[in-house]
Amino acid sequence: MELLINNKKYDVNVHADESLLSVLRDQLDLTGSKYGCGEGSCGACTVLIEGAAARSCITMAASAAGKTITTIEGLAQDNKLHPVQKAFLSVDVFQCAYCASGMTMSAVSLLKKSPKPSEQEIIQSMQGNICRCGTYPRILKAIREAANL
Amino acid sequence: MHDQALAQEQYELQAEPVYKFQMNRRKFFNVLGSGLAVAFSVTNSMGAEMMGDAKDAEDQLSAWIHVGENGVVTVYTGKAEVGQNIRTSLAQIVAEELDVAMDKIDMIMGDTALTPYDRGTFGSRSIPYMGPQLRKAAASAREYLIDMAATAWKTDRASLRLEKGTVINQKNQQAIEIGKLTAGAKLIKPINDKVSVKPVDQWKVAGTSVSKVNGAAFITGKHKYVSDMKLPDMLYGKILRPPAYGATLSTVDISGAQNMKDVTVVHDGNFIGAAAPTLRIASEAIKAIKAEWKTTALPSRGEIFKHLKEKAEQGNGRDDNSSGNATVAFNTADLKIEQTFNVDYIAHAPLEPRAGVAQWIEDKLTVWTGTQRPFGVQEELEQLFHVPKENIRVIMPDTGSGYGGKHTGEAGIEAARLAKEAKKAVKVVWSREEEFTWAYFRPAGVIEVKAGATKDGILTAWEFHNYNSGGSGIETPYAVANKKIQFHPSDSPLRQGSYRGLAATANVFARESIMNDLALAAKMDPLEFRLQNLKEERMKGVLEAAAKKFGWGSVKLAPNHGVGIGCGDEKGSYVATCAEVSVDPDDGTVSVTWVVVAFECGAIINPNHLENQILGSVIQGMGGALFEWIDFKDGKIINPHFSRYRVPRFSDTPTVEVVMVNRKDIPSVGAGETPILGIAPAIRNAIDHATGKKLYTLPLVPNGLNL
Repeated sequence: MELLINNKKYDVNVHADESLLSVLRDQLDLTGSKYGCGEGSCGACTVLIEGAAARSCITMAASAAGKTITTIEGLAQDNKLHPVQKAFLSVDVFQCAYCASGMTMSAVSLLKKSPKPSEQEIIQSMQGNICRCGTYPRILKAIREAANL
Repeated sequence: MHDQALAQEQYELQAEPVYKFQMNRRKFFNVLGSGLAVAFSVTNSMGAEMMGDAKDAEDQLSAWIHVGENGVVTVYTGKAEVGQNIRTSLAQIVAEELDVAMDKIDMIMGDTALTPYDRGTFGSRSIPYMGPQLRKAAASAREYLIDMAATAWKTDRASLRLEKGTVINQKNQQAIEIGKLTAGAKLIKPINDKVSVKPVDQWKVAGTSVSKVNGAAFITGKHKYVSDMKLPDMLYGKILRPPAYGATLSTVDISGAQNMKDVTVVHDGNFIGAAAPTLRIASEAIKAIKAEWKTTALPSRGEIFKHLKEKAEQGNGRDDNSSGNATVAFNTADLKIEQTFNVDYIAHAPLEPRAGVAQWIEDKLTVWTGTQRPFGVQEELEQLFHVPKENIRVIMPDTGSGYGGKHTGEAGIEAARLAKEAKKAVKVVWSREEEFTWAYFRPAGVIEVKAGATKDGILTAWEFHNYNSGGSGIETPYAVANKKIQFHPSDSPLRQGSYRGLAATANVFARESIMNDLALAAKMDPLEFRLQNLKEERMKGVLEAAAKKFGWGSVKLAPNHGVGIGCGDEKGSYVATCAEVSVDPDDGTVSVTWVVVAFECGAIINPNHLENQILGSVIQGMGGALFEWIDFKDGKIINPHFSRYRVPRFSDTPTVEVVMVNRKDIPSVGAGETPILGIAPAIRNAIDHATGKKLYTLPLVPNGLNL
């Protein structure tokens, strides 16, 4: 089976019930996407599929075949950080940063869909991502900064 | 005394560690290359420690600094980074004293082969204990470098200054980079305990908002947490878990797993695990094991508070602190309140679950694991595998958080057991369910309070008993002539241990709830009542700072809104928190809408990261305050998933305003724990203000408020 990840084609052998997260992390060494819960409840594994945020831990790898997959590793283009990454850095958001990849991908997905989101939209769209260090106020600030709000 | 109070409720720590300094001088320079090293030692005759196995006194912290030929300053400390950003703040301290750029500093942390022994990263000790030692080590290095330049230039050192990594002779502008000074040298110098350090008001790097070190690695996915690691030919390990707490293995048949291709099975006492080339195969192997378990009767969540009270040590519990006669004073007080508080078990739920990678090369073991106590894990491994400590290296890469929940090294130990048998490297990453079930919890507890005051609001009687949850923060900061304060250890059916702020979260909650209720009984404003009974100026300082920012006393409230206040101190820092809540009159939903928190921890080292710790404490503390609780029955955890254990999310986030009181005249202390203390009582008191309902449990409203 072929997966198109970060503009690169990967040939992989997957089990029918194998998650995209497990393929990314264990087969392809794309470990930026994290395991946090395995039930789509924490958002640490968030990637973009066809540009929209998806929880890779509950997405079957087989179902992503033929689709465009973007992980945190593929976000920066030509060594230039994505505006969301830049904003997260400039606000100096994170403590342990284990949630950072998932937060970034969810925020990128949001701003793609809604470049000038309302506060309510931001919260709704980020609600599935957990930061146990409690940096939510800073993540909100960074998303506003990335959207030039 | 301080450490005893800590140790009491660090239930997860058992054996006393042995302290050793392992690296000798030759090895030191083999690792570092030549240069100047400044090492700390208790006697300041560091030779003994460098050369052999002299033992440090307990709690003796050590650190050393090396100035290499390339001008890079390498700092070695056994402290570990779990998100509190001490990699940044400790580097700032060194950069300040040595006057080198932040990017010239390399922090080597939590590696038992490279860093001096450290008891562990807990108790908010890094900044107050490690900070001053690194400061002195860096200042000593600065003075040695100036000495070296003076000798090289045959000049008087008085005209020499170290600035921006260069020693400059102010008389003739002669200059030399510090790396060039140390080139070829193999010097080990002791820390000068009396070296002069830079006054706080002259700080240029310390005291400023330096960004998280290696920040870009985290937002590009490049940083490798232990759970991300992969070694050549590495196997994945899975452990057979008992069905419930207290269950013991009666019979087991592992042949089904043993017969699987490429699977290594280990059965050693109650430990049964499998390692295989993929996690899928390892999991299938575990499923193929036929095990029967004998369970034991254990109290369930419904009986826990009765159980903890019944099983508690009676009579004088630990932390006995009495003066006057609390019983008589209570009985004769104008105003009396007697209340019992119940506090549930909660989970740390670090987003990165426990993870360990282990590799044996002949009889030498290396374990990478996310632990707050790498040297403690090394000692556990030594005992477990009967291998000398010199042959065991534990490395702790920056880890996906801990909050006091990662003092142990289970995943690393499990990986090491499997790796020994498999003769290949093994990685064990706990599932979320395992983390929720088999890690340890913040203790549940029962707190009984009897308090009395005069009708003018002078506190006269204070009797306070904590059953099981711990003695931290149990002492009252309020002046009271008659008091009796006791902590009673009890029998916990679940594994319990440290947490951010330890038991202070529970003790401060109970105390500040009672203070609120006593103020109302005296018909006084809760802030005024507190200030009237406080002598500690630093506590008054944060209370007044928070109240001022919040506009306490003049907040315009919408219907069904209320405000509350709470304060606390622990480990030398002070917090006061004001909260506004709204309570939905139809369904009882409680929302925290606005929080002001004032915090003071002495001189501030990194304002931006301090603010982050305070914000994070408030948000995390809201979980334990409002809705986090572990449900359990017959030794089984009922809610071991994020879908069933509610943690704070974006929609729970109030507007949080942080007031940082910068006391440059007071030595800096840690800030990762104490800011969590004020939020629970502030919310509780605000709910009372909004509705007149006084709550006595943590969490307060897991299912909304019963109206």
